[in-house]
Amino acid sequence: MIPLSWYLTLAAALFAIGLYGVLARRNAVAILMGVELMINAVIINLVAFWRYLQPTGISGQVFAVIVFAVAAAEASVGLALIISIYRRRNSVVAEEMNLLKW
Amino acid sequence: MDISQIIFLIVATATLISALMVVTTRNLVHGALWLIVALFGVAVVFVLLEAGFIAVVQVVLFIGAIAILIIFAMMLTRRALSDEPHQTNSQWPISALVAAASFVALTGLTSFLPDWQWPSLAASDSAQLSGNLQQLGYALVQPNQFALPFQVASVLLIVALIGAVAVAGEKK
Repeated sequence: MIPLSWYLTLAAALFAIGLYGVLARRNAVAILMGVELMINAVIINLVAFWRYLQPTGISGQVFAVIVFAVAAAEASVGLALIISIYRRRNSVVAEEMNLLKW
Repeated sequence: MDISQIIFLIVATATLISALMVVTTRNLVHGALWLIVALFGVAVVFVLLEAGFIAVVQVVLFIGAIAILIIFAMMLTRRALSDEPHQTNSQWPISALVAAASFVALTGLTSFLPDWQWPSLAASDSAQLSGNLQQLGYALVQPNQFALPFQVASVLLIVALIGAVAVAGEKK
């Protein structure tokens, strides 16, 4: 059987890769893709802890479903913001979005 | 090493390689396609964890909705992503360092956990696990369980929907 630590290591690696994408990418859409990877790592952790610690309970799955809903909301609003910025500034590069920079 | 471990290792390797391609490839449309592969790998991990409903939601929601949304956003902003010389900013070595440090810290934390074993369910419990979807449905609408978080999530989704239309909609 698969030890729990394998799942946690996979989730940690996925989270670290997503974090690198968020920090290093210039394109805002690519940054959002990194965020999606990080959210997936979190959901793997939630489901793995549910299965190993409380498999007959339901709260772990409910938690994962709520995180799915939040991820959908985050993606739609983030992409809407990016498209709106692209219309005004003709750019999706994160470091050029400096209108509010002092 | 039994068969589930071998399957897990193959799926995890594929997922991590495609996730690496997502954050490193220069053509962003290819990056989005690699993202779909990575999300499929995560769905297989959910199947290995015997969470079938979560795996289906992963395929329908993340691959069917979010990945398609990302590809649409890329096409709408395509002038900006036509092969720029640099797809990473000047701080990428520090970012790689931070990401590697967070991976080491997180895996270090897992070594403090007790050695939880895969709970081998009795036959009645196993039936309960397969009837989990019904339980999940009841739990989401019962007031003494998760009705309130469910309603809050619905409100969040409708607010995000209206907000996205308001932000991205064409101004007359």
